[in-house]
Amino acid sequence: MSERMDALGGLAPPEPAAAVAHRRDLRLNPSLVIGGILVTLVIGAALLSFVWTPYDPVRIDAANRLAGYSGDHLLGTDKFGRDVFSQMLVGARTTMFVGIVAVGIAAVIGVPVGIFAGMGARWASEIVMRLNDLLLAFPALLMAIMFAAVYGPSTLTAMVAIGIATVPAFARLARSGTLQVMSSEYILAARAAGRRRIAIGVRHAFPNIAGLVIVQSSVAFAIAILAEAALSFLGFGTRPPTPSWGRMLQESQELLHSAPRLALWPGVAIAVAVLGFNLLGDGLRDRFDPRLEVRR
Amino acid sequence: MSKPSAAGVSDLAPAGGDALNVRGLQVTTGRLRLVSDLSFSLAPGERVGLIGESGSGKSLTALALMGLLPEGLHADGSVRLAGAGFNLIGASERQLSRVRGEQLAMVFQEPMNALNPVMQVGDQVAEVTLLHGHQRDRRSASRAAVEMLARVRLPDPEMTARAYPHQLSGGQRQRVVLAIALANDPAVLLCDEPTTALDVTVQAHMLDLILSGVTERRTALLFITHDLAVVATVCERVLVMYGGRIIEAGSVHDVFTRPRHPYTRGLLNSSDLEASDETGRLRTIPGTVPAAGRFPSGCVFRNRCGRATQQCVQLPRWESAEAERGVATRPDDREGATARGYACWHPLEEPRDD
Repeated sequence: MSERMDALGGLAPPEPAAAVAHRRDLRLNPSLVIGGILVTLVIGAALLSFVWTPYDPVRIDAANRLAGYSGDHLLGTDKFGRDVFSQMLVGARTTMFVGIVAVGIAAVIGVPVGIFAGMGARWASEIVMRLNDLLLAFPALLMAIMFAAVYGPSTLTAMVAIGIATVPAFARLARSGTLQVMSSEYILAARAAGRRRIAIGVRHAFPNIAGLVIVQSSVAFAIAILAEAALSFLGFGTRPPTPSWGRMLQESQELLHSAPRLALWPGVAIAVAVLGFNLLGDGLRDRFDPRLEVRR
Repeated sequence: MSKPSAAGVSDLAPAGGDALNVRGLQVTTGRLRLVSDLSFSLAPGERVGLIGESGSGKSLTALALMGLLPEGLHADGSVRLAGAGFNLIGASERQLSRVRGEQLAMVFQEPMNALNPVMQVGDQVAEVTLLHGHQRDRRSASRAAVEMLARVRLPDPEMTARAYPHQLSGGQRQRVVLAIALANDPAVLLCDEPTTALDVTVQAHMLDLILSGVTERRTALLFITHDLAVVATVCERVLVMYGGRIIEAGSVHDVFTRPRHPYTRGLLNSSDLEASDETGRLRTIPGTVPAAGRFPSGCVFRNRCGRATQQCVQLPRWESAEAERGVATRPDDREGATARGYACWHPLEEPRDD
């Protein structure tokens, strides 16, 4: 009897087929791959800037103003003779910093509130709805400009303002994801096993919506980068002399005819970063979206 | 939900050492009554089947006992559990969570969805022992979890403990669910069609495991199913449910060989795969189960019953041997708890038998 049982109940070896399919999905998804490469480029530039830049990016060199492409200055110099390539590298650092902090603020506040709201906590639902009202009333950029007006323009105010403006997106997402998770039978089973509300949120709801949150983070990152560039361009973001792609664009405005390359490279960098994070988000969504998921 | 009624202290513990004692359980939506006046008890180690067609309120009863009714449904009555000194109906979520998984455990129908997809199954077993303080730390809990998985005869329990639910088959998952349910040696185990979603070959093993699991622990078992053959293998006693009421009760042998209620007869007829009616088809109970809460007043079965008369407009009394002696009038009364009984104005003749 027990022999037969073992034969019938034998554990299949942990399906190598599934693992292979998993890897193939990653490889065949072009937006994931391209997005990943672009994002790696930006992150790499940011990391590189900590240890090496060709020149001090803020060093003014009056003798070498508006130099063209050359072996000395890879992307030339700006109107103060600062090395453009060095500024680009440090600008990547600013960009990543803004993205990480803004998305971090948004996720750390938005996700728990959204989970509690999805689990039926009244106060959390109230917060989600009020935050949504706030967002509808004040678009993110307007909010950031208001922050800059009150606290003075700086990278920090820009990051915080963008972060706060992004909270509702995360809260809404976490709420809807949690609602879906809460209706599943394993939550009922967890309750039947005596799990308390908070434990269900932390141990069961959150891990099951983590995929959605990662996707949202990636997309929000792109939006934050764009918002920071726009704010810096308008003079409400990063202050000089800290290099920022948005500010480099703004400073190149008056020289658009004589030295278009000064506008070109920061523009390309912004496009690459935004495109990279958006593609990455799309690719990750394909991986994580339960509706597209083939039953593994 | 109403607070536990300020009943006498003697009322707080289940009477006579029952593992579970249910009296006058009702489930309503506000307008509709889905489960009415349900009363029964389980002795420690007793195995009781709850049978009936889909829509007769079996699963709802189990959820009501667990305090897990979906929003909008409301339970009334008294549910007393050995080791819990309060009425489970109307108890706070905090009180209930202490009882669930500890004295009162449940196995759900769908093993596919009853496990968290992003947690290793060993952790899910370990969690429930940690939760109720049966294991001190994570390490001993995961050792105990592996042992539990071995006891539900999962092959290579060490490896299985590290598997995620999607890497296991339905039968294996259901064993994990059973391991979780039995992890804390509960006083009462509710099984809601635990084998319905499984392959026939796997079913028998699962039933075996449930049976040995509850026998080892003297756990009382309430086994919900519509499969009469399963009840016959697993249970000692059976409650037949229809329209949210218990309409017949008794030992499996008595009820299955000498049913008194026409509905029970119908159920038995329809599961007899050898018998057929005049047209050569398998026998069925005419009509369909009414929508939830739309059962007729009086006898809930009267609109499908061939023996129904004008009298059936009135709710039939609970008839039992004890009732004839004037002792017990409801299925939960002590003398009547394991006894035979039914609720019908026109019962089938007791065959002049054996």
